[in-house]
This record gives sequence, C-alpha cells and structure tokens, in this order.
Amino acid sequence: MWRDAVLVAGKDLRVELRSRVTTNQVAPYALIVLLLFGFAFDQDPYILTHAAPGLFWVAVLLCALLAIQRSFGLEAADGARDGLRMSGLDAAGIFLGKALAVAAQLAVLEAVLAGGIVVLFGARLGHPLLLGATCVLATVGLAAAGTVYGVMAAGLRVRETLLPLLLLPVVAPVLLGATQAWLAAVGLSSGGGWRWLTLLAAFAAIYVALGVLGFGTLLEEA
Amino acid sequence: MFDEVTAVMRSAWYWTCLSGYRCHVAMDPVIRLRSAVALAGRFPVLAGVDLDVWPSEIVLLQGANGAGKTSILRACAGLLRVAAGEAVVLGVDLTADPRPVRRRVGLLGHASALYDDLSVADNLTFAVRAAGGDRRRVAPALERLGLLGRLPSTPLAALSAGQRRRVALAVLVARDPELWLLDEPHAGLDAEHRDLMDALVLDATARGRTVVLASHERHRAHAIAGRIVEVAGGVAVAPAGPIGGVGPGRGASPIPAVEAGRVA
Amino acid sequence: MNYKSLSARPTSNHATLVVGGLTLVGLGVLLVLGLVVSPPDTVQGETVRLIYVHPASATMAYVGFGLCALGSLAYLWPRTRSLRWDRFAGASAEVGVAFCVTTIVSGSIWGRYSWGVWWTWDARLTLTALLLAVFLGYLALRRTGGDPVGRAKRCAVAALCCFLVVPVDHEATNWWVTLHQKDTLFRIGKSPLIHGWQLTTMLLSFAVFGLLFTWMLLHRLGIEALEDRIEEEGYVWAVAERRAEGVAQAPATGPGRPLPGPGLAGGPAAPTMRSAIPPGEGR
Repeated sequence: MWRDAVLVAGKDLRVELRSRVTTNQVAPYALIVLLLFGFAFDQDPYILTHAAPGLFWVAVLLCALLAIQRSFGLEAADGARDGLRMSGLDAAGIFLGKALAVAAQLAVLEAVLAGGIVVLFGARLGHPLLLGATCVLATVGLAAAGTVYGVMAAGLRVRETLLPLLLLPVVAPVLLGATQAWLAAVGLSSGGGWRWLTLLAAFAAIYVALGVLGFGTLLEEA
Repeated sequence: MFDEVTAVMRSAWYWTCLSGYRCHVAMDPVIRLRSAVALAGRFPVLAGVDLDVWPSEIVLLQGANGAGKTSILRACAGLLRVAAGEAVVLGVDLTADPRPVRRRVGLLGHASALYDDLSVADNLTFAVRAAGGDRRRVAPALERLGLLGRLPSTPLAALSAGQRRRVALAVLVARDPELWLLDEPHAGLDAEHRDLMDALVLDATARGRTVVLASHERHRAHAIAGRIVEVAGGVAVAPAGPIGGVGPGRGASPIPAVEAGRVA
Repeated sequence: MNYKSLSARPTSNHATLVVGGLTLVGLGVLLVLGLVVSPPDTVQGETVRLIYVHPASATMAYVGFGLCALGSLAYLWPRTRSLRWDRFAGASAEVGVAFCVTTIVSGSIWGRYSWGVWWTWDARLTLTALLLAVFLGYLALRRTGGDPVGRAKRCAVAALCCFLVVPVDHEATNWWVTLHQKDTLFRIGKSPLIHGWQLTTMLLSFAVFGLLFTWMLLHRLGIEALEDRIEEEGYVWAVAERRAEGVAQAPATGPGRPLPGPGLAGGPAAPTMRSAIPPGEGR
C-alpha cells in the first residue's frame, strides 16, 4: 500500500513539476482572491486583520477545489483512469498517494497565502506550534476529503459543477475549526485553540479512514 | 517377456494419462464468454456474447462500427462489468471480481492511458512500476519501439498520434502481459511500425501469450490472425476463420437473466 | 410490456391508503387543536403555534437523514446488498430534505417574530443548514445517472461520508457558539410553558408528521420501484434491439438466427428474468 502511495504521489508531483499548474496558476489565483477580499472590505484595517484567519481558510478552500479538480482532471484525460485501474495498484495506495500529492500542493499554497495575509492584511501569525499543527491537520483533512469527493465526481460529466456542491458543505467544520484555532493562536479568541485541533484531527481521521476503505469502490464505479 | 509387455503397456498407459492431462491443461481457454451481457448505463453493449479463445491464439474481432468489438475487449480486460452470463479470463471469474485479472492483461485501447505532461520515459516507468514490473524493462521496450534519441525525454503532449501509439505499445511490451487485447492496433502507425506491430504480436504468441485484436484493416489483420470472429449487434456471430471457433453458429443464445438489481 | 398494470394510482396500495387516511385525519385534528383549541402564549402570542410544526418537522428531517445513512450502510454491507436499500436511502434522503426545508423556513419565520431576525448563528441552526447543504449535494449526486450499481455504491459511500460528519459538525457548531455567544437563546425544548392542550397538540404533531413522513416515503419508494421495473422490462427489449442491429448490418455473414421477436417482451415466451422487483413489492 505505501509503495503504491509513494509511486502515485511521485507521479502526481512530477506532473506538477512539469506542468507547474499549481505554482503558475493556482497560487496567483489565491493572491487575487486575497486582493478581492481587500476590495470587498474596503481597506478597513480592523476588519481585515480580525477576519484574516477566516479569509485565509476560505481562500485555501477555493484553492483546494482547484487542486482537486486538477488532480482528477489528470486521470480523466486520455483514459488515464483506466490505466490506473489496469495497473492493479492497491486502491488505498492510490488514495493515499493522490491525497499526499494534493496535501503537498496545499502546503505550498498555504505558505503563499500566509505571506499574502501578513503583507496585505497586516495579520499576525501568533503561536507557531499551534499554527503549524492547525495547518497540518487541516491540510490532511482537506486533502483526504477532497480526494474522496474528487474521485466520486471524477467519472461524471458534470464533475466541475458537482464537486464544489459536494465538497464545500462537508469541509465546513475544517474552515470553522482551523479559523478558530488560528484566532486562538493570535489571542483574538478567548477559548483554547488546542480544543479545535481535536476537531480537526477527528475530521482528518474520519476522512483518511473512509478514503482507505472506500476508494476502491469509488474508483471502480465512478 | 510378459514383464516387458506389461512394462510397455504400463508406460503407454502412463503416457496416455500424462498426455491427456497435458491436453487438459492446454485446453483451458484463456477467454471463455458464455451469453455475456455488459451494460453501458442501461444499454446492452454486449447482448449475450459467446467466445472462446485458446492459449497462443491470435483472434481477430471483425465487425462494423458500434458492433461491440471494443466492448468485448474492455470486458475481457476487466474494465467493463459483465452483468450476466459467464465470463472467465485467465481463470478469473469476471462476474465475481474482475480486479485480479487486470494486472495480467494488457489493453491497447483508443485512449493511450498516458499522462500528457510527463516525458515518454517517465510515463513508461510509472506504467511499468505501477503494474508491479521492474524499471529495467523500460529501456529495452523503448528501443524495440524505436523511441530513441530525444524522444524518451520529450513530454507526451509534444508527440504525434502515431508516436503516442508507439509509447502505449511500448508499455505493453514492457509489461508483457499474458493476454494482449489490441483495439485497432494499426491505427495511426506508419508502414514500418505496422510491420513492427505484427512482428510484436507474432513474437508474443511465440512466447505463449494470447492475442485478441479488433481491426478494420482486413489485409493486414488477416495475415496474422489465426481465427476471425465476426461481431455484430453486441454478439459474436459466425466464426469465419480457418480454425472455426466455438460460436453462436448455433443460433442466438437465450437472453441471460440479469442478476437481481443489475439493470434496475 | 403491460403498462396497464402500472397505470392508475400506481404507487397506492392498502398500506399507503391506510397511512394516508390516518395522516389526513391527523392533520385535520392537528389544525383544529393547533389553531383553535390550544391557547396563545403569554409571551410569544400567536406565533407559538409554530411549535406544532417546527419541532416535529425537524425531527422528521433528522429521521430521514438517519434512515438514509442506515439504508446506505445496509447497501454497502455485502450480506444485505440490494438495490432496494439504495432506493430506500434515496427516498428517505429526499423526504428528509423536504422536511429539512420546512424546518428551516418555519424556524426562520418564528425567529423573525420572536427574535427579530430571520437567521442567527445558533449551533442548531448552523448544523441544520449544513445538513441541508450536504444532503442537497447527495441528491445531486443521485441524479447523475449512469450505471445503477455504480451510482448506488457511489451514493452509499457519499451518504456515509455525509452522516459521519454530523457528530463533528455538531461538536464544532456547539463549541463555536459557546465560545462566541454570551447570551443563550430561546430553545424550544427548554420552554417551560408546555402543558395542557399545548402539550397534547405538540405530541400529536409528532405523530402526524411521522405518519406524513411514512406516507411520503412509501410513495417515493413505490415510484422508484416502478421506475426500476420499467427499466427491467425494457432490458429484454434493449437486448433484442441490440441483437437486431447486427442482423441489419451484416446479413451476409451470419447464419439465420432465430431472433427474439417483438412479441418477446411481456409475452409468455419472454426469457427468464429474475425480476429485481417482484410484483406487489413496489412499495
């Protein structure tokens, strides 16, 4: 399973290295989203600084959608999914591999966006350990849930429009938990940030387990 | 004297048993379809196919567009679910779980199942390693298909249709599966590589592989095919080949029952 | 194909008639009790009568989503795998979504009159809205068509994904509100003003909405079963038609094959089909 996961993740990342879709298209898109938030909130530094964590995670969600679309767009082109099925790779391995590749790209995007909100919104990053843990858990959860729903929609003709409808409501707890944890990290929220981490961890665990168990069924039937 | 006779008789008896046994092993078909129905959505692309393919055979599927040739190949590859009837490929019952057969079968389809952004060599390496093969098989396969010089490091998107086809074929050569399923293998290839294609197929059967191909190029395909099966309307009709196959010359098989809920 | 048997109130049977009749009577009684007999509230006035719609409807929405998850689980479980469970899951999700919309609309109206706003970020409201969004996605996924078995598996996994997140959502929204909201809002279940006719009427509303839910579910299941039956009977036609294509295209190569004639489907000579829905089970 792990060998297959590394193989698939390596393939996806190599495709990314060659095509540079994430770095050349999705990352600029993320920055544009941040600029739009700036326009929408009319340069009010107070609102922007306080809303920065929430806006950050909304931007991450939007980018994650693109990354997942791209990840399964690859497999939809030229019968590549059939190739994947014919190869006899372990389905759980394929799931972990694709989720890993998406997570790696999300990590890069998060770094870009974090730089963006610090520069543009004057946001503070706060407690580094709490922040790091939040990012790791939220990224794993997003990548796992995104991969599960990505393959669910992958075989359908309406996948571009269906995926956001399926995915966004489901990842709402990630948005909530990650935002609250970050607010706690910069001291804008009174509650304990670590409490929200358990929520993020539970979400990630549920979706990694579901993906490992159910990906084979979805890959076959999509 | 008596002992000698019995010894001869005994060895003859053993020989008979043994050859009978070997015969039995050899006679297990690679593909055995009986009234196989496959559905695309709710349309029966295969409407009760009967087909037997024996080891080391080269079988040509022939028929009009939309007759069901590609569907037969995809069903045998374990990609298209057989909803009713019998389907056994390489001893794997496809109606139960087709997944175990996939690694042992190679399908050269209309789509090449390759990644546009990766180079030829990267594509081949991934395909071979994903199928559990050794990456050392990549270089000889590239060489065999004449993918040399700048080609291995060229991204697939920059290749012509014929070159893509050769890369897909290289994957097949590198994987060297037990059953080769070729869908229009000659399409898009130049004369030189069509000859190479035929040579590869003959090579494969010489090594004990089995080949089923679908082609519209009658002259070329007839030259290598050992047997021809005519496909029409989602069933295999009148085998017209020299060997003569098990076929539905006996009339249309009854429409098989679909397992409860398959069509529902 | 005998469509006549399928016509005329096709999803009615004794069960739906009985449940439907009871629902109708119950709704009448509920209307009288709720609008006339039960007294207006001292604090909330007439709007308190929404208590005979809102909680029962919310409960039925949750029941619908729960049944959807159960049906999906039963479908995925190899021993109980049957498209019936898939249909059950789909029908309950659909009815659940209908009740969920009713809940949100009635709750919103109530909120407008008792809190002065259409919406507030209460834990329960947020959770309900999220559930609605999630199950709307599920229904959209169900409508994508394709191979029925494939669709069933895909949807079953999706339903489980949706439902497993319910506890996480619940915790999240609860914490979120407790962290942010200083004053606790009015909660229906904690209202101390329930007694007498109000209590009776409210209990009745649960029973009536339960009946309504059952009635809708039965009809929805009936419709799905009928759709499947049309497909099932269409299968014989489709195979015959597919085979006929070959004869039309290549008459020279094939020997004269006895083709299934047009009288095949539905007639006594029809090939044996193990029907997925035996007659009479369409409910």
